[in-house]
Amino acid sequence: MALPSYTETRYRIWHYFYLAICTFVFFFLIAPLFVIFPLSFNAEEFLVFSEGMKNLDPDAFSLRWYKDMVYGTKNPWGLAAKNSFIIAIFATIGSIILGTLAALGLSSRHMPYKGLIMATLISPMIVPLIISGVAIFFFMAKAGLAATHTGIVLAHIILGTPFVVITVTATLSGFDHSVTRAAASLGSNPVNTFMKITLPLILPGVISGGLFAFVTSFDEVVVVLFLAGLENTTIPIQMWTGLREQLSPTILAVATCLILLSTLILVTAELLRRRSERLRGINR
Amino acid sequence: MSSETKQILTTDGIPLEVSLKKAEKKNKIKAFLLVAPLLLFLVITYIFPIGDMFMRSVDDRMVTNMLPKTFKAMEKWENLDELPPEEVYRGFYEDYKLLAENQQHGKLGQRLNKEKNGFNTITKKLFRQIKRKKIDESASLKEQINKLHKRWRDVEYWQAIKRTAPPYTASKYLKGMDMYFAADGSIAQVDEDRRIHRILWLRTLEIAFFVTLFCFFMGYPIAHLLATLPMKYSNLLMICVLLPFWTSLLVRTASWMILLQQQGIVNDFFVMIGLVADDNRPEMMYNKVGTYVAMTQILLPFMVLPLYSVMKTISPSLMRAGKSLGGTPFVAFWKVYFPLTIPGIGAGCLLVFILAIGYYITPALVGGASGTLISNQIAFHMKTTLDWSFASAMGLMLLTGVLVIYWIYNKLVGVDNIKLG
Repeated sequence: MALPSYTETRYRIWHYFYLAICTFVFFFLIAPLFVIFPLSFNAEEFLVFSEGMKNLDPDAFSLRWYKDMVYGTKNPWGLAAKNSFIIAIFATIGSIILGTLAALGLSSRHMPYKGLIMATLISPMIVPLIISGVAIFFFMAKAGLAATHTGIVLAHIILGTPFVVITVTATLSGFDHSVTRAAASLGSNPVNTFMKITLPLILPGVISGGLFAFVTSFDEVVVVLFLAGLENTTIPIQMWTGLREQLSPTILAVATCLILLSTLILVTAELLRRRSERLRGINR
Repeated sequence: MSSETKQILTTDGIPLEVSLKKAEKKNKIKAFLLVAPLLLFLVITYIFPIGDMFMRSVDDRMVTNMLPKTFKAMEKWENLDELPPEEVYRGFYEDYKLLAENQQHGKLGQRLNKEKNGFNTITKKLFRQIKRKKIDESASLKEQINKLHKRWRDVEYWQAIKRTAPPYTASKYLKGMDMYFAADGSIAQVDEDRRIHRILWLRTLEIAFFVTLFCFFMGYPIAHLLATLPMKYSNLLMICVLLPFWTSLLVRTASWMILLQQQGIVNDFFVMIGLVADDNRPEMMYNKVGTYVAMTQILLPFMVLPLYSVMKTISPSLMRAGKSLGGTPFVAFWKVYFPLTIPGIGAGCLLVFILAIGYYITPALVGGASGTLISNQIAFHMKTTLDWSFASAMGLMLLTGVLVIYWIYNKLVGVDNIKLG
């Protein structure tokens, strides 16, 4: 973005102004996440930087909130984490299976009523969450699934499948169907063709859709608030309760762990995206 | 003529046309069967329940089922400005007695009280008389009931009962817009000082609109920068957009709560640069400011990603061509570059606006009383007042709004032009 030497002064000023705006916006986006790190190591109970922390005094830092998160007697984080992972994993598996099958069907040029069906399948992504929450709650209450893990998993499958459908359909749009025909002409049955040929090629799309579904479930709080009982508490519910009642530094310790988890997911998703782009590049 | 042309046959001896049709049909069924599990699942667990919401929002069969004889008798009540005839009183008395025997009379009293204030008292009075067996069923019930309380002699109360007769009602929708059915059945506005819902709708629209605007003005420059920088720098900067995108909503809200509190870093900074006095730190949380700031940061990635994916496809040579043809950089940008990014702007604004209009968590945490939105009200009625039919009605009004926005967007830009990531 270096400016050519003949640039007029006013454009030069404008250019630096533009860069300053961009810097500010990037800072605005990323800086709030970094406030949490140092404060989670605070030795005191307050959510502000103490004098000791400003002077980098080692005594002002401690791991007490992390200890509280893991060993604290009143803390429900252990149960919440267990529930969150169980629910998210099953919801992801369900979303991947249902979503991938549907995407395969939708990508077929023989599919009837494609537009209408696609709109129905991705509607949970479009409808405001609060409305989805109310509707799903009515269903689960009638089906006797409110306040059960099964109910929450099903609810999260509803919310997660649109992402899988979208990413897998996108991957399939660059998919060369002659390879499956080649497999069929060589005597492979459809299931075998899918497992050996199609799946490995669309796998990046499937996994990144799965990551979306996982994060959606792991981070979901609106629908869970309607559905969960005391036994099904999840990390987002605990954070929600904690933020509403009293902002304790333990929440910051949990938040730090969640940021690390999201960094991990981000890196995986990026690597997959690049791999998928490479594979699609070869196909073209 | 067709009989003259020789039909092409497959090796099985079937005409090719028939065989092809059969194969196409088979493929159609195959494709549909792949979609069927998810479609069925969603229809049962999601689409039907939204229909169920609609039924709940208009359902008013409770009173209809409770007072069958009353409503039957009311068909003969002709002059609605006068008290109903004896049959209506008798029908109501018999219905109410049955309800009292089944311990259901309390529900009726409460429901009628919502229709007309003061009903609960007079139905309770009737209940006590029935329990003490003080009512002579052989004499005129109209006289006896009228004697119980002056409100029974007020025709407005009987009109209120009549209004509850239809099994379906739009009253919840009117309530959502701060209106109600007046005594004569016309639609009236609630008193000025009690119009809370209209304020909430307007505030929701206002916040969604401004958040979209802020996101656009902040997102456009950085999307442009990301799309024009060389790959190795833009990948690094992309992390600044993607990390918040993948981070839990609650984590980001928590960090804003820390930053914006009165002793927080933002206020510290303002004091440091001398913008505000140390003992006069402004309240930036639990009001609209907090909602705006936090929601803008949280929704910004949804603006940047579609913009970026559109800008990425615009060739830089177009801008150079514009400039070489004599346009200043500003003209080249406005006439060449900007129009090409409209699909991205549309997608980003649509996404942010629709997400913002249904927002619930962040406003509830940082919004305080003046930053709450319509979603908070829906959640309040679902969880606290348990008025599920009203919550359903407001939810469906919100949904209708969202669908209208989609429709307008589709007319203007076309949903096919949306690009995600």
